[in-house]
Amino acid sequence: MEIYLIIILALMILGAVFSLHAKDLLSAVISYGIVGFGLVIAFLLLQAPDLALVLIVVEIITLIIMLAVIKNTTHEEEKKSFSLSSVIYVCVALLFTLFFFVIFARFGSGLARFGEDTMRMATAYIDAVHLTGSANLVTGVVFGFRAYDTLGEATVLFTAVVGVLAILRIKGKKEED
Amino acid sequence: MKGMSIIVQKICQIVAPVIFLFGIYIVIHGHLTPGGGFAGGVIMAGAFIFQIISYGSDLPKLQKKEFSLEILESSGILGFLIIACLGLLFSTVGIFFANFLPTGKIGELVSAGYIPLANIVVAAEVSAAISLIFLAMIVFKEEISDDR
Repeated sequence: MEIYLIIILALMILGAVFSLHAKDLLSAVISYGIVGFGLVIAFLLLQAPDLALVLIVVEIITLIIMLAVIKNTTHEEEKKSFSLSSVIYVCVALLFTLFFFVIFARFGSGLARFGEDTMRMATAYIDAVHLTGSANLVTGVVFGFRAYDTLGEATVLFTAVVGVLAILRIKGKKEED
Repeated sequence: MKGMSIIVQKICQIVAPVIFLFGIYIVIHGHLTPGGGFAGGVIMAGAFIFQIISYGSDLPKLQKKEFSLEILESSGILGFLIIACLGLLFSTVGIFFANFLPTGKIGELVSAGYIPLANIVVAAEVSAAISLIFLAMIVFKEEISDDR
């Protein structure tokens, strides 16, 4: 199973790199779709159908909206001019990468290995099915133990919609004046 | 926005109700099978978005001032808060988001206390929110081009 994951991850990296360097924006968007759908298959292989279900719908809708944007605007990328500030940005990014690398190399050795199940809360959630009564563990955690978090997520979505409507509604504002 | 060809329209006519039904199934069985309020809401919004993309924005006689979707969205998040407050009032422990209904037998459709109710209200909120963002991008753009 691990070999499939490695193949899918390699394909995703290739798609991401190609979408950065593609000349036509349409092919860039389509090759970016490889990243999203590869992630869906990776989630399915890792036995997380909840995430895969959400992700495949979101990927399809995002792809449609991006294609609509490209159809209505242009296929060609804007020409970028080389400037001094871009060099400074790259230098600062490299500096931060080095900084975090040093920190994690020094203090990260005390942490558990990646993927090792040493988290106390995870086992507690699995044992506590009878508390929520939900056969789906993920929903039990999302709406039971972490309901505050879900309330926050729903509020973020609500605020986003209010913001979109307030910014895009140009004519309504004019009529009220 | 103009609609697409008649092939796309007919296929959408057949497929969109099935997608919507699948979304409802995902929401109702959120506490039993993979999925839940967020996933089901996005799927239901997807059915709506496919309809509008294939038929063009003239199809639902879109009102330009007020969408009833706004009411659905606001009442969805309000319902979620009310469910949380009901836990404050009626549960035995009396805290926010406490379970105030019997949990029932694990694996049955009517079980898991308030979680199915919370799934339904969150699905209403998410589906209305995503369709509303999509509609806003189409309808308000047409308003601007009408002015010119």
